[in-house]
Amino acid sequence: MTNNRVSYTLDSTLETVDSAEQTASRMAAEAGFGEDEVMQISMAVREAAVNAVLHGNAYDPDKKVKLDFERTSHELVITIRDQGKGLDPAKIPDPLAPENLLKTSGRGIFLIRSFMDEVQIHPSHTGTEIKLVKHVPGAAGGH
Amino acid sequence: MTMKTSTRQVDGISIVDCSGRITLGEGSVILRDTVRDLLGKGQKKILLNLGDVTYIDSSGIGELVSAFTTVRNQGGELKLLHLTKKVNDLLQITKLYTVFDVKDDEAAAVKAFK
Repeated sequence: MTNNRVSYTLDSTLETVDSAEQTASRMAAEAGFGEDEVMQISMAVREAAVNAVLHGNAYDPDKKVKLDFERTSHELVITIRDQGKGLDPAKIPDPLAPENLLKTSGRGIFLIRSFMDEVQIHPSHTGTEIKLVKHVPGAAGGH
Repeated sequence: MTMKTSTRQVDGISIVDCSGRITLGEGSVILRDTVRDLLGKGQKKILLNLGDVTYIDSSGIGELVSAFTTVRNQGGELKLLHLTKKVNDLLQITKLYTVFDVKDDEAAAVKAFK
């Protein structure tokens, strides 16, 4: 069984968002995911990075975004942590509700949940940690 | 690839050919500015050709919604043309496919404006 772990500590900038997306895309391809799944994983990571940079750290140059990728033979686990005030997922309105359809924001977490097999959000007063899991198709323990 | 737009006029309709990525930052700003410029010139019938848009994130989706409502609130119409599979899938799962008027034929799209 292979086990690869890579960690990055990144500034709270738009470049971090692009970098996280590109790294996720590369890691997902290396893990054996197909083209559609690579796109889904990279988009989920991009959305999580946007949340961390914008809503969590609010572009604060003193706050960092931590990005961890862990690859096993049966899944890819990505963890994104910010140093913001903590995101309460219960307070995020349902973007599919008719009254929210024409809102210009609020779809990031929904897209993340749509694209990943498991999503765990752990808010605290020192920041938010979001853990994203995608099972490798056909692998033992995968779907 | 950064976002680019190019606008042409066909039978009174402003067709905006978009290419590249509509994402948080530059891509979304370019789309917003393009639609704002058209409205400023009184051009309120806008067809966004997304055939060469390679990627769109939630901010880009939000910008499309913003463009749609801004144009509509000024008495105009905004339609979408030539969605790629990726963009089509995103509009489906976000239920925005039911909001936008999506076309896959340019001539028919132009005729569909009131």
